[in-house]
Amino acid sequence: MSAIQPDESLARRMHGLQPGEQPLARSNPNLPGTSDDGTLSEDPGKRAPCVLGDRSLEDVTNIVCGYAEAKMPKPWLAALTISSSIAALGTGMILYLIITGVGVWGLNNQVDWAWDITNFVFWIGIGHAGTLISAILCLLKQNWRTAVNRSAEAMTIFAVICAGIFPGIHVGRVWFAWFLAPIPNSNGIWPNFRSPLLWDVFAVSTYATVSLLFWYMGMIPDVATLRDRAYMRLSKGVSRPMAIPMPIGNDIIVPQLPKPDQIRVLIYGIMALGWRFSSRHWHRYEKAYLILAGISTPLVLSVHSIVSFDFATSIIPGWHTTIFPPYFVAGAVFGGFAMVLWLMIPLRLILPNFSDLLTLRHLENMAKILLLTGTMVGFAYGMEFFIAWYGANEFEFAAFADNRVNPAKAPYWWAYWTMIFCNVVTPQLFWFRKMRQNPLVIWIVASFVTVGMWFERFVIIVTSLHRAFLPGEWHMFFPTWVDILTFVGSCGIFMTLFLLFLKFLPIFALAELKVVMPQSHTHDDH
Amino acid sequence: MPSMNPKDLISFAADYFPMVFKKPAPKYVSESGNRIYGMVAEFHETPKVYQAAEIVRDAGYSKWDVHTPFPIHDIETAMGMKTTKLPMMAGGAAVIGVTIGILLQWVTTAHLYPTVVQGKPFGAWEPFVPIIFELGVLLTAFMCIFGMLALNGLPRFHHPLFSYERFYKVSDNRFIICIESIDPKFDPTATRALLEKAGGSEIALIEDED
Repeated sequence: MSAIQPDESLARRMHGLQPGEQPLARSNPNLPGTSDDGTLSEDPGKRAPCVLGDRSLEDVTNIVCGYAEAKMPKPWLAALTISSSIAALGTGMILYLIITGVGVWGLNNQVDWAWDITNFVFWIGIGHAGTLISAILCLLKQNWRTAVNRSAEAMTIFAVICAGIFPGIHVGRVWFAWFLAPIPNSNGIWPNFRSPLLWDVFAVSTYATVSLLFWYMGMIPDVATLRDRAYMRLSKGVSRPMAIPMPIGNDIIVPQLPKPDQIRVLIYGIMALGWRFSSRHWHRYEKAYLILAGISTPLVLSVHSIVSFDFATSIIPGWHTTIFPPYFVAGAVFGGFAMVLWLMIPLRLILPNFSDLLTLRHLENMAKILLLTGTMVGFAYGMEFFIAWYGANEFEFAAFADNRVNPAKAPYWWAYWTMIFCNVVTPQLFWFRKMRQNPLVIWIVASFVTVGMWFERFVIIVTSLHRAFLPGEWHMFFPTWVDILTFVGSCGIFMTLFLLFLKFLPIFALAELKVVMPQSHTHDDH
Repeated sequence: MPSMNPKDLISFAADYFPMVFKKPAPKYVSESGNRIYGMVAEFHETPKVYQAAEIVRDAGYSKWDVHTPFPIHDIETAMGMKTTKLPMMAGGAAVIGVTIGILLQWVTTAHLYPTVVQGKPFGAWEPFVPIIFELGVLLTAFMCIFGMLALNGLPRFHHPLFSYERFYKVSDNRFIICIESIDPKFDPTATRALLEKAGGSEIALIEDED
């Protein structure tokens, strides 16, 4: 940059820099000699900045659009190769299941829901953090959410895609899945609207549609920015030719193909719908955003409540409890935030300037949410136990004491105690400031929580089913290789979609980031 | 979205269907014979463009707009904008969604295909609540997004402003005020003087090339 941009001078004034004084060098995101990047101050009179490094508006545009325009670092290509291979494996497993039948899974007459529904609830729960960040934190005016809302919303969409696979294929004859739709079949039979399974169909499909629209609407202005930048490069003649990336060595340049910027102008141009940043449009856009946030909040709470009704409205001991809806929602937010942190913390290391936009304070705030929701989940585990004892129903008490907790009687005791350790014990580390300010510790805890939340659903589903009222009905569940590879494959599908998102779409909500910067204020005094 | 004035409606339709509708004869044409779309001025800082918007508002213009890289807080006041009807439309959509939810479940479960489930009455409303709620949310969300786009006149892939090279900086860090030539108060000399007084730079006339 040759001349100082006017908004840069304003940014300098806002940060109290004297003329000629240089801001901190940003090669090292931390202040010299400490692990603090300046956002961890607890001084109530000072608001922690959401964007570090005295960035001008232009800098933020360049950083965020740069991820979609520049070449991705080599680890990205390696990760994409691996995850897309795993995704292909998972797709193969799904095809194998459809061709052969659900017998290729380890399900049996007694345990007729196992890994399939565990995976469904696991993935749908992960999605909830995205909606929580974009809707509930928006209503609560938590500005720090701008650092993660776009990628968390993307995570929501991809997790819901993975979730949707499992109930779709576990019905056995998937070509009859249209029976779920609210239309009569050829005998004039309508679906049973009093079944929680049908409520689930409506809840999950509404959730997927609304999340997708919310995500897309948020991206319209940012995609328009990418469109404008690609158009400007084309008109100035500085566009690069198409190059095929190679894992090793130089990229292969193919001048015969259209330039990437030409494809960008076309695709981003169509996606941006001709957005021209008009204030009259912004006014309606912000109103629409607010209403969507308002309706997404009860929606996200309803989705996991309805998922929990699948279990709670049955009479199986261990499922038949009224605490399930709030307990499932808290667990979903808990698992979802863990996944957000698990994905975002490595990106701070790999992608340049990422840590200026996703600061330590953002991580600390999310660690606090992990602590809160983890403790709520722990409370729910304890309350389930208490009610099983206090309710004096011997079957329900046995479902907990004999089938889950006691190593001498419960074959799945290790699953229960894994869940307790990962979900209740590890987040307690975050009572200590040093722990929730250390990205490595947060990442490790997030990994534990992700594992723990999968085990929670496994414990609820399999340990409740494997021992019903009569000992003659008792049966163990063992996953087959198809069970295992289908789950691994769904992780591959999730990671592939997320990696493609990192490369091709604006991974930060650019317009919203600009709003939380000091340059957006209409008066100099606040 | 145009007002209900027939002239405005024809002009609006002509943007989308130029083969069918002809725009009214232009008040101003450029030297090359093209219709003048409007006059633009650039600003570099948020407080400046906010004050400039107040000046343009007070001068009595109605067909004008401020193009900004992000939504400026309270620019509605500075521009004298009316609050959008979108929340009312979303509320209407919610009522329609709830009605569909009630009718779909009640007609099928109580009349078309009554099934005994746990001995409950066929018309009991309680089990219908989740789907009623979901359909209400779904239609509200559709109205929010598609209604917002419709009121904004989007998608619209061609616009005279896109022919102005400097307009592309708006998506980065620039603020542009554009006063349209169809505004009754628009006058090339007076409008230019006003924008200069408001502190705008790079003031230019935008041609409509079709």
